[in-house]
Amino acid sequence: MNTDIRYQVMWNRLLSVVEEQARTLVRTAFSTSAREAGDISAGVFDLDGQMLAQAVTGTPGHVNSMARSVVHFIREFPVHTMKPGDHYITNDPWKGTGHLYDLVVTSPAFHDGKLVALFSSTTHLVDIGGVGQSAEGKQVFHEGLFIPLIPLAREGVVDETVMRIIRANVREPVQVEGDVFALMACNETGERRLSAMMAEHGLAELDALGDYIITRSRAGMTAAIQKLPKGTWKSHMRIDGVTDPIDLHATVTIAEDHIAVDYAGTSAAVPFGINCPLCYTEAYTAFGVKCLVGAEIPNNAGTLDAVLVTAPEGSIVNAPFPFPVTARSTMGHMLPDVVYGALDQAIPGRVPAEGTSNLWNLKLGAGPGYTGPTGPAFMVTSFHSGGTGARPNLDGLSATPFPSGVRNVPVEVTEAITPLVIWKKELREGSGGAGRFRGGLGQVIEVGRRDGEPFGIFATFERVKHPARGRAGGENGARGRLSLASGAELKPKGFHVVPAGERLVVEMPGGGGYGDPADRDSAAAQRDTALGYTRE
Amino acid sequence: MGEARLAVDIGGTFTDLVLETPRGTQELKLLTTPEAPERAVLEGASAILAAAGCAPGEVALVVHGTTLATNALIERKGAPTALLTTEGFRDSVEMAYEHRFEQYDLSMQRPEPLVPRDLRLGVRERIAADGSVLLALDEDGLRATARGLRARGIVAVAVCFLHSFTNAAHERRAGEILAEEMPDATITLSCEVAPEIREYERASTTIANAYVLPLMGRYLAALEDGLKAAGMGCPLLMMMSSGGVTTVDTAKRFPVRLVESGPAGGAILAQAVAAENGLDQVLAFDMGGTTAKLTLIDALEFQRSRSFEVARAYRFIQGSGLPVRIPVIELVEIGAGGGSIARVDALGRILVGPDSAGSVPGPACYGRGGVQPTVTDADAALGRLDPSRFAGGSIGLDVARAEAAVGGAIAAPLGLAPRQGAVGIAEIVDETMANAARVHAVENGKDTAGRAMIAFGGAAPLHAARLAAKLGIAKVVVPVGAGVGSAHGFLRAPIAYEVVRSRHMRLDGFDAAMLNALFAEMRAEAEAVVRMGAPEAALTETRTGFMRYRGQGHEIAVALPARAFEPDDAAALRSAFEASYTALFGRVIPRLEVEAMTFALSLSAARALPGRVPDPPPRAAPAATGTRDVTDPATGATEPAAVFERTALAPGMALPGPALIVEDGTTTVVPRGVSARINALHQIVLEAAT
Repeated sequence: MNTDIRYQVMWNRLLSVVEEQARTLVRTAFSTSAREAGDISAGVFDLDGQMLAQAVTGTPGHVNSMARSVVHFIREFPVHTMKPGDHYITNDPWKGTGHLYDLVVTSPAFHDGKLVALFSSTTHLVDIGGVGQSAEGKQVFHEGLFIPLIPLAREGVVDETVMRIIRANVREPVQVEGDVFALMACNETGERRLSAMMAEHGLAELDALGDYIITRSRAGMTAAIQKLPKGTWKSHMRIDGVTDPIDLHATVTIAEDHIAVDYAGTSAAVPFGINCPLCYTEAYTAFGVKCLVGAEIPNNAGTLDAVLVTAPEGSIVNAPFPFPVTARSTMGHMLPDVVYGALDQAIPGRVPAEGTSNLWNLKLGAGPGYTGPTGPAFMVTSFHSGGTGARPNLDGLSATPFPSGVRNVPVEVTEAITPLVIWKKELREGSGGAGRFRGGLGQVIEVGRRDGEPFGIFATFERVKHPARGRAGGENGARGRLSLASGAELKPKGFHVVPAGERLVVEMPGGGGYGDPADRDSAAAQRDTALGYTRE
Repeated sequence: MGEARLAVDIGGTFTDLVLETPRGTQELKLLTTPEAPERAVLEGASAILAAAGCAPGEVALVVHGTTLATNALIERKGAPTALLTTEGFRDSVEMAYEHRFEQYDLSMQRPEPLVPRDLRLGVRERIAADGSVLLALDEDGLRATARGLRARGIVAVAVCFLHSFTNAAHERRAGEILAEEMPDATITLSCEVAPEIREYERASTTIANAYVLPLMGRYLAALEDGLKAAGMGCPLLMMMSSGGVTTVDTAKRFPVRLVESGPAGGAILAQAVAAENGLDQVLAFDMGGTTAKLTLIDALEFQRSRSFEVARAYRFIQGSGLPVRIPVIELVEIGAGGGSIARVDALGRILVGPDSAGSVPGPACYGRGGVQPTVTDADAALGRLDPSRFAGGSIGLDVARAEAAVGGAIAAPLGLAPRQGAVGIAEIVDETMANAARVHAVENGKDTAGRAMIAFGGAAPLHAARLAAKLGIAKVVVPVGAGVGSAHGFLRAPIAYEVVRSRHMRLDGFDAAMLNALFAEMRAEAEAVVRMGAPEAALTETRTGFMRYRGQGHEIAVALPARAFEPDDAAALRSAFEASYTALFGRVIPRLEVEAMTFALSLSAARALPGRVPDPPPRAAPAATGTRDVTDPATGATEPAAVFERTALAPGMALPGPALIVEDGTTTVVPRGVSARINALHQIVLEAAT
């Protein structure tokens, strides 16, 4: 067979190998975000730590971050010291994927007795101790157990001391231990599938195939970038922050063969767990760019350096140790909008308006220490979203996440496993920014407790003071709002108790509009009115 | 009444008929008549009866499957439908999963709900998760709403209230009120069509049922009348997606259960072929013009599922269609068929499908204006197809057009010889199918290696040997009549019905009395349906619990004993769950609580699968009718392959590859290193040459 076609077939196979690795993990993992949102990642690497293939999974937060983590492992544990059955682990936010909740396991893969590759996988844990899902830790030390890069298993024997320490530090020891085993098992699945593929194709090592994949992908990214105008553009977006607003500044340079994004001028890190380690900033920045440039090119070492991300140390998008980072997605999810503000100047007519971007997850709970000793204790997270920004030729999506890739939890499931009652969950009429194309609508959720006991909310909501802005003459989306049914407004960040008998009302933001509202197609405008998407 | 049995499968393009009489089997394929689908059925029936010399009165049973319901959903040609929901939840079906199913596509669109927002109306009422009433049903408000809908000419109504699967009282009362206020409307209640937890899927299923109900009711009535008028007053049974058949009355109430009946028929055929060949682990491979479908069959049982997505609008991606919660034979469907279009992307990679050239303009080699290269064009350029025999000679293939399309769009940009471009297309489409099969298997805790493959559908026998090699499969069986496989399957399907109920129960709160009452109710409902079609037969009951560790988001199917439960059966349920969990994931999680969310009961009229057929004594194969130069994608080498007519091959004959076995509906490719033999049932069996 022609060599080119042979390599193409093997590339497809390698993508299938990591897909099987990822599916194994999704099926066996425990945390809601892993199972419902595919908040995991899986990939195969060469012996220099260059990523050859990554499974397409739910959330972009691992796009480049997991790829970089393997290099840290190799530095700590040189490949020539690795033996079959070894596994290495970390949840270092700065060397892994951005917060302690994400556990990364890297494992060597052998074929015919020879080390040929490394498999790495990440999943979001149910719990990691510390202050839990709250973003109120002041330092990473408050946020739970910190596992440096260490061996987890040697030649097939799991280090029981490590497992005991993990179990002793988390609220759900059985589930977390289950996730650790799931990570090892999925890497082993990858190793078996890779070995079978190499046997079938008569490969002794992956060097030539790896070169092919990386070279092709790099060339593809370069070609995509070369079609863009060259230059430097700047943008600024102000968001709510915690006590003071946060200014996000991006300088985007389109060069011959790469796009550089620098966040100079961005506000400083804060004593609240919404800071991003640089690896996570890089992940969402690269994702945002790739949606516009080279979307069809698989992620690997060849695409990794096509988007170069820098940020001043100490800023909220390059928060150093030991700043708190648990809810780093609150900031990371805003970054594509900032980058798009600059890219819209470079390639007008192709970039969507700003959206809600920040997830409006309901992290609700009750129990001793939070709401008092009465009534059943519970803790639940359900994923929800406001509207996305209008596209240059389409309305925004209502109640849909972007850039995150999560999905919601059904109301009936939440009610079956908690004492909560969700009284309303409906599109928020009139919340999409007007425009030639309308922003996506937010939604309204009203929630109370059946037994009338109090419950708490851990809020990390954005776009309450500063709305998603329209583009090209489109209007802003509606601001979000958090309140009690009796009227009192609640702050969008921090822990609040909803008093006994009260209901919480969550009004999620709408996306920005695109283009002058006067140019909206009259049939579309009539339909909006007839169906109640807009208000008179 | 005689002993003849007639199967009819209406597809989007063709209506297939199979007639089995004591004297033999007849097949017929004719074009579907979309404006009045019963016309093709009746015309076909009279033609096939005439050809078989069979009087209409001799037909003892008609089994029918149709894509009409599916097509109505895909093409949005159902009745204007209203949805009544719990107040505050009318947008659930629009928000769907609050998800982008395609991560990188900024232009992604979710499918529009079948019911627009102004026809989705809230009703004041509320039932809690435990079934207690938080707000009574506002009957006056509902009556006013119903009168409004009537005034707007709405004749189909779906009702889906929160937690109605636990307490259906409000939905049932609403059904009564609607019947009074809207006597001309058909009403679908979610507690009847899909009494399962998860409000979006339940509402989506209820709407889909309401939306196709008027159309399917009219069609089925017309078909019954037509068959009677033609002298076939025998029972008519309908094929369901579950692989069972049911009465027309049930089909008229729950037409949503009829979607995917064609693929289910194919899987039933594969199951029978597996039994005839004594095959324990099977991958059924059905490849047609637009898609390929892969089904795992273990110990003669299918993988089963209770969820399916109709009308996946976006490259067959999960989440881009309308979910329906109905019992289905689980299969993975990918956009890879004979009509799938190949292209070269910006990276110089060959991509195949999921977009298809369809039948118009069709592949370039059809000479009907298609210029983009398709899988069929690659097959033609590889020399696999006899231009004069394609589709029984009804379409004359133009191989030069195939070569030009493959050469221009694939080979030239990659700097390859035209045949090597065809090799690339074939390899990539086979690899795509192999990867889908592997991922599907791993998701079910299974493997493809070591299985046997049963290949049917017009394009499957062309690709089966290479796909099998990629999957570590050593044996391929190509049944007779592979081009009308689904209709053959219909005649082998059992009369069966499945009923589900969601009831959240932690095993530490195991309630035997509740469970026994629940299963008794489900059995009564299933039995009422099955007895309509099988008044006398012995019945087989199977029970399934959908269970999970507390905290997990997805349940797994656990086989439960079909007997009364005792108060101390919690331990037995836990060990049954752990056995299933281990089979899927290779381990259990000690100390973690187990809970059940949903229960299913399936009742089936006993039906024996065919026994294993002994190997016939060897016979010498006839001389080849000729040779064709065929390129083998595995090696890229071109060499002469012997050509045989399938009808000239008799049981016991064997022939070595490279060879082509040609028949009206398809061609079986026998590569070098593989040999083909004909078993006692005239099936082709491909195995590694010894």
